[in-house]
Order: sequence, then C-alpha cells, then structure tokens
Amino acid sequence: MSQQITPQLVAHIAQLANIPITQEEQQQFARAFTATLETIQSLQSIDVTGVEPTHQVTGLENVVRDDKVQPEYTFTQQQALANASKQIDGFFVVPQILNKNK
Amino acid sequence: MSLNTKTLTEQKSLLEEKEVTLSEIYSDTLAEIKAKNEQLNIYLTLNNLAEAQAAERTNKALAGLPMSVKDNFCTQGLRTTASSTLLDTFIPQYESTVTKNLQNNGGVIIGKTNLDAWAHGSSTESSQYGTTLNPRNPEHLPGGSSGGAAASVAADMCSAGIGSETAGSIRQPAAWCGVVGLKPSYGRCSRYGAIAMASSTDSPGPLAKTVKDAALVFNAIAGHDPLDATSSPQVFTDFSRDIDKPITGVKIGYVYHGLEGISNDVYTAFEIQLEVFKSLGASVEFADAMNPQLAVGVYTIVQRGEVSSNLARFTGVRYGYDRTYFGAEAKRRIMLGTHTLSKGYADKYYDTAQKVRTLFREDYTQLFAQYDILISLTSPGYAKKIGASEGSAMFGELEDMLLEPSSITGLPGISVPCYRDEKTNLFLGMNIVAPMWQEEKMIQVAHAYEQATQWNTWTSKKGSL
Repeated sequence: MSQQITPQLVAHIAQLANIPITQEEQQQFARAFTATLETIQSLQSIDVTGVEPTHQVTGLENVVRDDKVQPEYTFTQQQALANASKQIDGFFVVPQILNKNK
Repeated sequence: MSLNTKTLTEQKSLLEEKEVTLSEIYSDTLAEIKAKNEQLNIYLTLNNLAEAQAAERTNKALAGLPMSVKDNFCTQGLRTTASSTLLDTFIPQYESTVTKNLQNNGGVIIGKTNLDAWAHGSSTESSQYGTTLNPRNPEHLPGGSSGGAAASVAADMCSAGIGSETAGSIRQPAAWCGVVGLKPSYGRCSRYGAIAMASSTDSPGPLAKTVKDAALVFNAIAGHDPLDATSSPQVFTDFSRDIDKPITGVKIGYVYHGLEGISNDVYTAFEIQLEVFKSLGASVEFADAMNPQLAVGVYTIVQRGEVSSNLARFTGVRYGYDRTYFGAEAKRRIMLGTHTLSKGYADKYYDTAQKVRTLFREDYTQLFAQYDILISLTSPGYAKKIGASEGSAMFGELEDMLLEPSSITGLPGISVPCYRDEKTNLFLGMNIVAPMWQEEKMIQVAHAYEQATQWNTWTSKKGSL
C-alpha cells in the first residue's frame, strides 16, 4: 500500500503549498517523503472500524464571544503595518496574481 | 557569589530574608550569560530592560526573577524569530498570554531562547541560527525543540524557563539537559501568541531546576484565556498543593519497558529507580500499554497537516520575509502536511490518524482505571552528539516516541532527571504521566522521587558529580 512519491508529485505539492523549491530539492524531498510515508504505513494495519476520530481532546464545543469590538485587542493601523515589508498609503502590498504577463 | 546556581525557590527565599538583593542575582546571571552564551548559543535575543522591569515586580510570586522564554512566543517589542531567518526582524506588536501571565506574576524575560526552527525537531539542530550545545557536555545536543530553554536552565542562565511541547519538545530536552520539564494537560496554558505548530497538541509549559520550581512557574502561567478558543475553563488553585504529601499507596504502572531499540544499560538504569518508589510506599508494576510506535504515525500525520495550515500565513506580506526563507525541515513538513490533507489522501491519512488517536485515549482510560500514575523513560537514550539529526527525516519522531502517546491525547507529563552517566555527564529522564487535569498528582510523585534521589544537582541531597 505504499505510495510512490515522484519528483513530479513533489512539484505539484509544492505549488499547492506555495513553497518555492529547486529541482534538486524536488529529488531530495521525494526521497524524504517516501521515508516518512513508510513510517506511517503501520497505521493502515490497525482496525479502526466503528472508531470515532478525535479531532481535539478538550471536548469544548462552539466557543464563541460577544460580537463586540474589544479595543484593548485591536491594532491601530500603524501597529498593524509595523512589520510589513512593503506598504503604500496605509495598505499592505501583496504580490500580483491576476492578469500577470507570463 | 554564583547566586545563579541556586534554585528559583532558594533565590526567592534569600530575597525574602533580605540576604541577597535582586541586583546581585541579575549580576551573577548576566555574568554567566556573558561568559558562556556565545559558545553554547542558548539566547538569540536578550532583553535590555530586564533589570528595570525586575525592580517593579519584586512583590509578586516570581519576585522579579529572570526567566528565559522560548523564541516561539510573541513578546511585545522584543524580537521573536521562531529560530527562522524568515522572522529575523520580526518585532511582535502584542504579547502572548503565557508571557503576559508570567510577567504579571512577577517574572522578567531575560531573553529568548533558541529552538528547532518553527519548533520542528527534537535536537535544536534545525535552528537557522545554529544549534545550541548541551551545557552538561557541549559535544552533545540539548534536545528539542525547546533545546535553548532546557539549556538555559541547565547552564544557570535563568531562574526558570518557558518552553512548548507538541510531542516531546519540553520533556525530551529537559531529559537530555538533566533538568525538569513539565508538559501540562492540553488546554491548561493558553496558546494565544504562541507561533502555532500543531494546534491540537501544542502546550506551553515550564522548564526548571526542580519540581517545586516548575510548579511555581506553572501556577504563574496557567489558566483559562478567552483569547484561545481551545483554552480550558478547568480551574486550579495551586499545582503544588499536594507536593509534600507522602506517596504511600500510590499505584504506579511502568510502561514501554522492553521495547526494541533501547539499550539494556538504559533499561537497567531505569529499573533501579523503581525501587525508589517502592521504598516510598508506592506500588509499582509493569503495565502493558498500546505500542507507542503507532503514536509516531498519528503524530507525524496530524502535526504535518496542522502545521501546513498554520504556516500558510507566512507569506512575507504582513510580517517576515517570503517563503523561500523556510529551512528544509519546514518545507518538508508543510508539503507533507499539504499532501496528507489533500483530496484523495485525507481519508487514508488524516482521518485514520485521528481514529488511532481515539484508540490511544481509550488505552489510557483503561490504564488509569488500574493505576494512579504511569511512568517510563522520557527518551530512548542519552543526548546524542552534534550532527546526529542531520539527514534523518524522522529523527525527531523516533526520539520522541515514548512521549507521543501522552502528547497526542493531551495528557499531562513531567520529566525529571533519573540517572547520570559519570563518564559523559549526560542524563536520563523519567516521564511521569497523570490523568487529564491531575497535574497535582504527577507533581507530588515527581517531587517525592526527586527528593529521594541524587540525580538532580540542585536539590539539597547532592550526590557526587
């Protein structure tokens, strides 16, 4: 049941995860992933029929707060921009993704 | 005067009796940092305002004493890097709840400690600022991911430290550095402002010289936080409430004994410790638990899936540099997580892992029906040499195998030094696990063991070193 992790699959995953990687890293990661996935093969042999998944161990549900502004936990615009590498007129600058000339 | 070599409890006592001043403690602590930090690479950033802040906090529980904080906690105005060059110039605009609580209760942040980058690891070698060296034997690793935190305590460069654990990251470095590391029940300490790794298991917690010290710091940082939706409303008064009570009649089960891959010497060293508990009036017997190897699979999938989501926010737009700054380990984990959560694979990997997690919970339920406390080795062996983690994609998970069952189920555990190798000056740790929310009990048992043995260099019963 082990899966073949090819450098092509790695390139696809890298694109999904928005992680820039080199050709060499594609090869390295393909090997590393295969090793990691082998480690988790052991799980496939366990009978989990009828077992409910545990997504979180606290048992808490629907933890919400009042929909009110809490000034003590709100940034000013200046605070929000304090660590931005690029800003224009009080806006964060993001990379262009639409209508890019290829 | 070497006041920095005293325990937190001793320092507090000396201050209360006015035998020493806070200034003298800072002077000795800072001198130690100045002398050894460059070699050991423990602190990435120091807080220049520490002494000034200390003067204002003398009347609180932590008395203004110097604390180290793992560099994955956002500290307002103080650089926070998660040991990644991606955040090299990041100065948080807000404070994490744990460090806020620490300071409100009189602690002062003396500096931010080194970790595996993004907390991905069990050695501190994946830090993008170089590894930390083990103060007990600098040819060896301190463990991780809270390696800097554990080392800061072992090196007497703070009165106590704050770390975090997702699967072993407090307890394993504590064991490797010969100090105490306490992982609380999941939800006991707020994750607000802690740079997220695996949201369903991340647990902030203290590292300290003694169990009593760890309990003091734990009291200072724990508690429900409305800013963290996974924070538990479970109340507590004082985690050291039962610390001096004898452990007669406590039923202890030891687990994971006889597993492959652990040397006989290490098992023998652990077995000798069982007699200590018996001499204190507790009953001790072997308990058959679910194979911890399976927890490795669960943790690997859950952690990587959750981290791929949590690290998606690091795009270089609002803070930090772009995603090319991620180190190899971070890239591997994000990508593997993306893969195991993707369509066609989520059922096979993520959902299956969550079901096996349920099986571990059920296993603990039946074990705790028979025993009050479960103990085991913390780590399969002593601290490994510098370089040991390189080239091994699964190094951390295998090193943390004995801790992963309690991590993935959210149970509390404390690691205490339980053996010291005279030739290498390296330690073994013992992991003491209690049922959910029963930290007082594990603290009581850990303290009783610590007081009855000589491994801990800071207790009054000092053995030869």
